[in-house]
Amino acid sequence: MRVGILYSRIRQDEKLLLGELRERGHDVEKIDVRKHGFGLDGTDAPLADCDLVVDRCLATSRSVHLTEVCETYGVPVVNSAATAAVCANKAKTSLALADAGVPTPETTVAFTPESALEAIEAFGYPCVLKPVVGSWGRLMAKVESESAAEAILEHKATLGHYEHSVFYVQEYVEKPGRDVRVLAVDGEPIAAMTRSGDHWLTNAAKGGEVNQLDVDDDLADIVADASDAVGGGLLGVDAMETGSGYTVHEVNHTVEFKALNEAVDVDVPAAVVDWLESTAAETAPEVTA
Amino acid sequence: MTACTECGADVALPDDLEVGEIVDCGTCGTELEVLETAPPSLDRAPELAEDWGE
Repeated sequence: MRVGILYSRIRQDEKLLLGELRERGHDVEKIDVRKHGFGLDGTDAPLADCDLVVDRCLATSRSVHLTEVCETYGVPVVNSAATAAVCANKAKTSLALADAGVPTPETTVAFTPESALEAIEAFGYPCVLKPVVGSWGRLMAKVESESAAEAILEHKATLGHYEHSVFYVQEYVEKPGRDVRVLAVDGEPIAAMTRSGDHWLTNAAKGGEVNQLDVDDDLADIVADASDAVGGGLLGVDAMETGSGYTVHEVNHTVEFKALNEAVDVDVPAAVVDWLESTAAETAPEVTA
Repeated sequence: MTACTECGADVALPDDLEVGEIVDCGTCGTELEVLETAPPSLDRAPELAEDWGE
């Protein structure tokens, strides 16, 4: 098949993917999205002949727009624009998960420092303040006192970008020093790992130690439901273990899997390409005699 | 080996070099983006932006 890879930076994850695709003899078209323009009815980017386009944009804004562009052009793309739109924004993700009945931390969105402070006081201390767009644990705050809350809200309000005035306040979930990352394709787990550390943020990007995790039935069910809630596709579902079961705090739509591939026995890029092949076969136009 | 665009030191490159990949200069630590692979060509990589990441 001919596979387009939308990118602006080739990470180790993309190298793993490119290596697996080429090894299987697929025709790979790397498309550096910085070098092209995307019009209402066409582009100079080599999208048209692709059987499937894989969105691996590092920048969320590019990912959200270009998945829409591909769908408008009639080019099959993973993940879908709908999935990208929901996963790119933590408020949308929380709403989608809650609407589908997937356990997720209690969350309030507020639009002024004053109403955000009220929400924080309602949760009590500690609670969590996150940017609605962002990743790798950046600009996440564990708010432990009223004075800290006031300072963080003032800083956020002066950061400049309007998105920092969308205050995403969340309950602080006590977790056993680790959280869980499950890589799944259309809700079916490929592999999973725990991310452990002394810091309250245990992201692999923050230096959390990673270990393979066997997915139990409860986790598999929640991953399937979370995937459905955000529109499916190749996803990284992040969950925390609580006394009453798992709670899903994030779903990633341009998921990184280098750390997972190193932590587990599964050949992750091979499993991803298996899914890309089946997805391309499903989206291919039927040939009739 | 290709010269770092910032400090001029030789930069070690992997055999499976990809256009778009980022390599670090071992001397000055600058992140360099691979613009071409044959022959290798490097330039200073874009700064991290807020919406980057998975």
